[in-house]
Amino acid sequence: MITSNKSLPKTETGITGLDEITGGGLPAGRPTLFCGAAGSGKTLFSLEFIVKGATEFNEPGVFMAFEEKAEELSVNVASLGFDLDELQRKKLIKLDHVHIERSEIEETGEYDLDGLFIRLGYAIDSIRAKRVVLDTIENLFSGLTNQSILRAELRRLFQWLKDKGVTAIITGEKGEGSLTRQGLEEYVSDCVILLDHRVTNQISTRLLRIIKYRGSVHGTNEYPFLIDDEGISVLPITSLRLEHGVSSERVSSGVPTLDKMLEGKGFYKGSSILVSGTAGTGKTSLAAYFAHETCLRKDRCLYFAFEESPQQIIRNMRSIGINLQEHVDNGYLEFNASRPTLNGLEMHLLTIHKMVKKFKPSAIILDPITNLITVGSVSEVKGMLIRLIDFLQAEQITVMFTALTLTTIVTEQTDEGVSSLVDAWLLVRDLEFNGERNRGMYIMKSRGMRHSNQVREFVISDEGLSLVDVYLGPDGVLTGSAREAQQLMEETGAVLRTHAVTRKDREIERKRMVLQAKIESLKEEFESVTDELNKSYVEEELRKEIMEKNREQITQKRHHGDINEPGSE
Amino acid sequence: METLMNLEANSETVSEDKYELRLYVAGRTTKSVAAINNLNKLCEEHLKGKYIIEVIDLLVHPQLAEGDQIFAIPTLVKKVPEPIRKIIGDLSNEEKVLVGLNIRPAK
Repeated sequence: MITSNKSLPKTETGITGLDEITGGGLPAGRPTLFCGAAGSGKTLFSLEFIVKGATEFNEPGVFMAFEEKAEELSVNVASLGFDLDELQRKKLIKLDHVHIERSEIEETGEYDLDGLFIRLGYAIDSIRAKRVVLDTIENLFSGLTNQSILRAELRRLFQWLKDKGVTAIITGEKGEGSLTRQGLEEYVSDCVILLDHRVTNQISTRLLRIIKYRGSVHGTNEYPFLIDDEGISVLPITSLRLEHGVSSERVSSGVPTLDKMLEGKGFYKGSSILVSGTAGTGKTSLAAYFAHETCLRKDRCLYFAFEESPQQIIRNMRSIGINLQEHVDNGYLEFNASRPTLNGLEMHLLTIHKMVKKFKPSAIILDPITNLITVGSVSEVKGMLIRLIDFLQAEQITVMFTALTLTTIVTEQTDEGVSSLVDAWLLVRDLEFNGERNRGMYIMKSRGMRHSNQVREFVISDEGLSLVDVYLGPDGVLTGSAREAQQLMEETGAVLRTHAVTRKDREIERKRMVLQAKIESLKEEFESVTDELNKSYVEEELRKEIMEKNREQITQKRHHGDINEPGSE
Repeated sequence: METLMNLEANSETVSEDKYELRLYVAGRTTKSVAAINNLNKLCEEHLKGKYIIEVIDLLVHPQLAEGDQIFAIPTLVKKVPEPIRKIIGDLSNEEKVLVGLNIRPAK
């Protein structure tokens, strides 16, 4: 919020949002110029200024109309809930219609506008007015021909208003190449506000811009404003700076497996979450789960549906195992379904603002924001969402957007260009493979927390949503039945392998036995050879021994023969 | 200042086409005085005997300004005969005033 300059006293207008962007209201005791084309809301702005002054700030006001009759004014604004007649009776406001009929008037010689001064002065004094509106004083120029007198008198009038100390609004019709047709801006130098009314694609947007505000800081942007059954609302109602508080509290996404990807805790409270994906990827289901979870915690949730009716969403979500009707009945969930083309963007934003203020939810869902593109350009939608996120963050409300992406390129930005604004971005993608379509989900970003970088398969079944690890096989990422087939195949493989292993074991056993047998037989062979060899060796020994013995015997016999029995041989 | 001055009130004889004129002024300014004098002179010349002039000082009766839709001073209002006409200024241009009061047709 802009801090108001202490040295410049300001008068609160009471118009929603205008006091915020002007930092406290219009310059007190000075005239302010409201200029704009026909139908831009000048009269209404000034009238609301008078009415709010009378009803809310106890500052009576004079409304001097140069265009509409007092009775017409009363009727015109009755639809906004302003009872001008009643206020007039209470002497809180005074309507004065200055009727200038060119055909009735003849000018001759010198004159001045004292009549107007006296009339205005009398009106001010009769109700002790603090506020004055002159709507549209330029009509004097069409009724009178002597421009030099008029200009001098206008200058005197504005000075006179300042001297009176009333806070005044002067309205002026937009001229070509200048702010007002008669150059009123040159007389009213303190504060000039320009109103505009633009129609793009058949949808109108009202805009307000502070062109100058002497002695005060002010927002310089074009601010959209709305006229509805409660009068005027200028947006944004939010601050112009990024200084809202943050929470480190976490809220569950409603899908336990998704929470697991987010440090096991879920999103930050008050953060903004974008769920984007191509058609039919389960964005709404994810949003509904988030809503369901919020309601289960006994927190309130607001669901803005731009595509389906509440009944349709409730029915559809029942098929995946959540009963939203229950929450609606308990008052935790509220739907607001409208076609995006029903209103301009600002009207949508205002509806959201109003409902948030009324319902005080802790989470809201916008499903889908893509459809808002039909009512505004990309930059307008982005601008609106910035303001919305800003507002919701200040209120510590968690918001989930769903967005439809039209192409399937992964690196794309979302069509609304909001991906840089949001705190967490979940991407749901179609993975088409093997003749079927499966959903893959990953977390593109999630500020301020560790998050899984894995692609998970997003399975929607009767039991609800869950995220399943995808199969990363040699052929790449497998999902769906391919993943299941792969899993089955792995199981089969395992059985087969065990089988193969046992067979091999037996083979080895057999080989060993054969080998063992061979070893046995060789051993036998060896023994028999050894035996053979031993046998011949012993025989040799024996023969040798016997031959030795024989020789000895012969020798002995010889010696004996010679002596004893020589003829015994 | 006297607010209501019937300068010529011979009403009975001229009731059909009597001019009811009201002159709004604000105090005794040069313009006001000039306007009063110019009006008197003119009426005497052209409308002798069939006019009523009412001079209203808005400084004294500011509430009367709204009724006749007065914003400029001085303003001469011709209430009767219809149509209502207003002539603003000090009435220095006699020709214009006469045309404005439908006394003389516009050329």
